[in-house]
Amino acid sequence: MTIAPARPTADRPKTGTLVEQFELGLDAPICLTWELTYACNLECAHCLSSSGRRDPRELTTEQCEAVIDELQRMQVFYVNIGGGEPTIRPDFWHLLQYAVDHQVGVKFSTNGVRLTPERAAFLASPACNGYVDVQISLDGATAEVNDYVRGPRSYDTALTALQNLQDAGFTDAKISVVCTRQNISQLDDFKALADRFGATLRLTRLRPSGRGADVWDELHPLPEQQRELYDWLMAHGEGVLTGDSFFHLAAFGEALPGLNLCGAGRVVCLIDPVGDVYACPFAIHDNFLAGNLLADGGFQRVWQDSDLFADLRSPQTGGACAKCSFYDTCRGGCMAAKFFTGLPLDGPDPECVQGYGEAALAGERTVPAASQDHSKAAPTRNQPVMLTIGQRPDVLAPPSAPPVSACAENPLAGFTP
Amino acid sequence: MLDEAWTLSPSVALRPEPFGALAYHFGNRKLTFLKRPELVVAVRALGEHPDVRSALVAAGIPATQHAAYAEALAGLARTDMIRPRGEGVAA
Ligand code: SF4
Ligand code: SF4
Repeated sequence: MTIAPARPTADRPKTGTLVEQFELGLDAPICLTWELTYACNLECAHCLSSSGRRDPRELTTEQCEAVIDELQRMQVFYVNIGGGEPTIRPDFWHLLQYAVDHQVGVKFSTNGVRLTPERAAFLASPACNGYVDVQISLDGATAEVNDYVRGPRSYDTALTALQNLQDAGFTDAKISVVCTRQNISQLDDFKALADRFGATLRLTRLRPSGRGADVWDELHPLPEQQRELYDWLMAHGEGVLTGDSFFHLAAFGEALPGLNLCGAGRVVCLIDPVGDVYACPFAIHDNFLAGNLLADGGFQRVWQDSDLFADLRSPQTGGACAKCSFYDTCRGGCMAAKFFTGLPLDGPDPECVQGYGEAALAGERTVPAASQDHSKAAPTRNQPVMLTIGQRPDVLAPPSAPPVSACAENPLAGFTP
Repeated sequence: MLDEAWTLSPSVALRPEPFGALAYHFGNRKLTFLKRPELVVAVRALGEHPDVRSALVAAGIPATQHAAYAEALAGLARTDMIRPRGEGVAA
């Protein structure tokens, strides 16, 4: 515990709803994503972290252990591990065990490439003590739709991993789907697939982050598909996880279960492979860089003392959204989605279901340049079709979801205040 | 419930937060928020008192609010954040 936090706690109200409290920030994050590497075997078209190549400054095994020690001291009870493809780090399994042994539970996202029967057996074993959750990324319920965005054979890789987990007796794996224009019509099929593997379906929102910015126009759901998604979630929401990532859909009427707020820098953050701390996994950009845990004295110092986070935790105005009758639940949507489409942060979300986003997108705006990119310099045979054919019309093949990474947005998924 | 003996579950950790605390259950991995500091004090005190009522008194909670707190505690019991202190499960 630190003695003198720099952020303003003195006048913090003691009462108020949880959402109001969360907007003012917490002593430690609830939904912490940690991307262990930018290296990846795949080249998903919409990778939120523009992953591909390992960064030479990647944290060492010892540095990662020190981060876990600190998370244990801060009582961060679990961490969402992603990448890149985290399992291709040679010390991945060691770090997983290290975290579990230090009371830091792990949910990790993978494309499945290293989930052999042996690894699946390890995950199902008492060594993991039930502290490990596995999310397999899949952006299409068919190979055609999935591989269009995630690359050749990535569907088979994911399904093999799910099969290995099931055969090993690992229960309740997650199938993590980024909802796109091409897969919204497959929601029932995804559910059936999850049922087949005894898994839970997890749906999250596509955001224009990382390489996602380049393909967002082609991949993001159309307005009528947002409605379809909303109706589906209302009908099947129970038993389906969403990471609370669709709270902008609350403006269709009834709020979806979960927390309605942007948690960036308040209850959510990202530690990247080199120890940089960003406000949210979907906000890898200098504007949302709070500090570096090696350079700035540890993660706790950055979380509690950074100017950026203090700013994100100060009262925000609704801007153009303030007069909207859905502002209470929609809160203006996703900060990252606005930023990477060049919209003002205090205005409507680009996918505002009341239609204000389209108007804003049609107006004057400048899409910010990426501040970093770990994409492979030369495409490999794993490059998705979507990229090899350029901007192909939607009719042909479907793209799909997200990168290999995952905490997705709102953290408090699955829990009711 | 007020006359029963309860305790914090052994697999639950409480993390202090400005509004109260965050409770995490390492067994069922449920996350819950204790929205008042008084509730946190009471929950921590449960195991050291013969019954819930005396834990509430020790936490400085007036008798008029005991029923409301008992309800909050019943909510915590539903996810095994706290559990009855019977034989064999002494804290
Ligand atoms: S105007 Fe703003 S608050 Fe209203 S629905 Fe659109 S994004 Fe949400
Ligand atoms: S994904 Fe968007 S809404 Fe969610 S925490 Fe990040 S910036 Fe906020």
